[in-house]
Amino acid sequence: MEPFPQIPMLSYDVVVIGGGPAGMAAAVRAKELGLNVLLLDENDYLGGILPQCIHPGFGLHYYKEELTGPEFASRLARKLVELGVEYKTAARVLEIKNYSDLEKVVIFTSPSGVYQVWAKAIIYAAGARERHAFEIGITGDRVAGIYTAGEAQMLMDIYGVLPGKEIVIVGSGDVGLIMARRFALEGAKVKAVIELMPYPGGLARNVMILRDFDIPLYLSHKVVEVRGKGRVERVKVVKVDENLNEIPGSEFWIEADTLIISAGLVPSVKKLKKIGVEIDPATGGPVVNDRLETSVPGIFVAGNSLLINDLVDYVAEQGELAAEGAKEFIEKGGIESKKWIKVEKGENVRLLAPHYLSGEGDVYLYLRVSKPMEDVELRVPEIGKKMRLPVVKPAEMLRIKLKAEEIKNTEKLTVEVVKA
Amino acid sequence: MKTKVAIIGAGISGASIARVLSKYENLEVHLIEKAPDVGWGVSKANTALIHGGYDDDPEKYPMRAKLCIRGNRLWHQWVKELEIPHVWNGALIVALKEEDFDELEKLLERGRQNGVPEMRLVDREEVFHLEPNLTREAIGALWVPIVGQIGPIPAVIALVENAVANGVKTHLETEVREIKVENGEVKGVETNNGFIEADIVINAAGLYADRIARMAGIDYFEIHPRKGEYWIFDDDVPGPKRVLFPTPTPISKGIVVTTEISGHLMIGPNAQDLPPEEKENLATTKEGLEQVWEGAKKLWPQLPPRSKVIRTFAGLRPEPTGGDFIIKAEEEVWGFINVAGIRSPGLTSAPAIAHEVAGIIENSLGIELKEKEKWNPYRKEITHFFMMRPEQANEAVKKNPAYGKIVCRCNNVSEGDILEAIERMKFIGVKTPSVDSVKFRTKATTGTCQGSFCRPKIIQLLAREYGVEPWKVTLKGKGSEIGIGDVKALLRGEEA
Repeated sequence: MEPFPQIPMLSYDVVVIGGGPAGMAAAVRAKELGLNVLLLDENDYLGGILPQCIHPGFGLHYYKEELTGPEFASRLARKLVELGVEYKTAARVLEIKNYSDLEKVVIFTSPSGVYQVWAKAIIYAAGARERHAFEIGITGDRVAGIYTAGEAQMLMDIYGVLPGKEIVIVGSGDVGLIMARRFALEGAKVKAVIELMPYPGGLARNVMILRDFDIPLYLSHKVVEVRGKGRVERVKVVKVDENLNEIPGSEFWIEADTLIISAGLVPSVKKLKKIGVEIDPATGGPVVNDRLETSVPGIFVAGNSLLINDLVDYVAEQGELAAEGAKEFIEKGGIESKKWIKVEKGENVRLLAPHYLSGEGDVYLYLRVSKPMEDVELRVPEIGKKMRLPVVKPAEMLRIKLKAEEIKNTEKLTVEVVKA
Repeated sequence: MKTKVAIIGAGISGASIARVLSKYENLEVHLIEKAPDVGWGVSKANTALIHGGYDDDPEKYPMRAKLCIRGNRLWHQWVKELEIPHVWNGALIVALKEEDFDELEKLLERGRQNGVPEMRLVDREEVFHLEPNLTREAIGALWVPIVGQIGPIPAVIALVENAVANGVKTHLETEVREIKVENGEVKGVETNNGFIEADIVINAAGLYADRIARMAGIDYFEIHPRKGEYWIFDDDVPGPKRVLFPTPTPISKGIVVTTEISGHLMIGPNAQDLPPEEKENLATTKEGLEQVWEGAKKLWPQLPPRSKVIRTFAGLRPEPTGGDFIIKAEEEVWGFINVAGIRSPGLTSAPAIAHEVAGIIENSLGIELKEKEKWNPYRKEITHFFMMRPEQANEAVKKNPAYGKIVCRCNNVSEGDILEAIERMKFIGVKTPSVDSVKFRTKATTGTCQGSFCRPKIIQLLAREYGVEPWKVTLKGKGSEIGIGDVKALLRGEEA
């Protein structure tokens, strides 16, 4: 069978799509497990978004020390090279085809041309994209000076361009807060961080940035309009009530030349949707089992394409797990389980993954709460598991390890976060 | 001796006129545009429809009625010669109540009067055959198969490239300040870039046509802007196969629901009249966008969640006094031709307008037009990686590896596409590098992520090819620079 006789063909056990931390960790682990692996990345360099994250805060779990983004990326990349993992940069996947369980095709283009790669399994680690100004309902003029946080970061830290000097940031998630500091460090005036929710969206250590740099935070506010001629000149802010509805008469303008949108990330899964991978509306990523296999057998997913992570350490961990899944899939011709245990969201759980457990091994559950709470217990009532937590926030991903022997006799599991 | 022609305005009208006039041996054509690139005025933001020509009353609006159907027919030929992206998918003007058929009957009759072929009324069963996901409230429709859609700015770009290849000279970032008239004859135009001598001045200045006319002493009309707002959705949102109109009311053609040529569901426009001085007011408004949403829902109830919006925008139609196109040689100033008030269906009518103007030059000004022996009617579309089959891409990559490298991941636009766009910008005289110039030629930055991944890379390519610092690259011309300096500029106490 060769549906594309016109273009060069390659063949591997597993193709990893995406050369960020999830993809690199997956490729390294796959190689260590003896698989014949090819990693594809669309950028000119490996690392995904990490090379532009020049701040520290990476690697505390994975490497047990605090690194910057480029340091974290280069460690993984070095390992990849040492092991002799094959990879291609400037290689963009155009299409994925799923012919049968052990016959998949990835078509990619690169400066040396378009290729087809036959593989037995695919690990998809293409990351996420940022929500942009139009998606969050900002009206007004379409002028220069409106950037997503990641785009501004790329301009500053990859290309050395300073976007502006009077900055308003939409969103107090980690990315928005880190960009607030980044602009302040370069001498720009960060005039406000505008947060829709009544609480900050980032990790506590990042919320500290606002105090350090004397940056006003407006909770329960949103930016609704931008005005300017060529460039942003001012932005309109409005207060919202507890149902997030705008409060009439509460509008005010802030003068600024730059508006940074940091309104959350969306897993990049369009190519998976096209081949029928089931998507969980809560995570925006695929529905997966405990090997991070999607609903299409042999397609595994890791990192921010699976769900939006707050720590790169978890992303790399997921990459390794997906590689182990791919190894098992290729060896046994499929991921088997005597029964799949469904994991359900209980009280104050907004999203979680994986969605199905085999009960045949230990597993990490990753979850986020809907609303902040203090003095709580994370409980899995069916198995009597409890974990005491002083505080939970939607910004912080919770991770809980379940042991195989704890879960193997259950039908389903519910995860809830309730008052202790 | 050649007759010197200055066309003011490189929108769809000016560009079409330039192309048609480039056919003639005895004309020297200058196309003057104040923006950094062509097609950035009225032509930039509209519904992109090639209308059917059935709705303009020939009694009230004779020019519109005549030129719309002619324009439609000419576009069928022009899109082939110029390789302009297009689709001929037909339109349904949908009836939701029995009374609507009275209006549709009127349109059918008017269409016959205007010479529109193949129109007919269809019943409930056939309307769902033509458009299965239309609102269940629909009871029938007027079916107009000749309606289509094109890329309006790609069309202007194609026309100008073809015109330039046939000898037309462009003057971009050139603003007309004065029109020199002596003894009742035009002599040329004074601009910020000096004097351009002309025997014929054609005013195709869109929203500013009244201002330009006044420079020649002609003040019988005024142009006021009418704003329309639009929503565009991600390309995985299902849209209609046909262009869907509601049955028109006396005030409006109504809010259109369509899948535009790039495959995105698009809804709009509403109509809001602005005072004549608000010719730059392109701001979207919450109220206007909500109005469009409600209107579109009547035909297409399954509008996606708001998180599937990838862009909202507004456009301005130049509404003239009296409502009809003003296309004529002005008697009191010999050589001055107005092409003014080109509101909807201006895009459709443009090729016909251009031939009308050529006719005016011959008949009203008495200049016999001599065709060139070698006039090239053809223009090749820019290479689009996303249009190529893999083996074609590999052929292109052999010549230039940049064609294999994707810059815009949402729309699969390659570095080669972008470098070719920059070459073509330079070919027609674009002096200020802008992301929008690349966007309109390649579709980069118009996908799901709206450029947040690729814009910095495009800026790098523009900076390199134009030899400027990256922060001096603009989004859409001077005053919209990407940055204020290098990343340490403020710390050094400098600012670009």
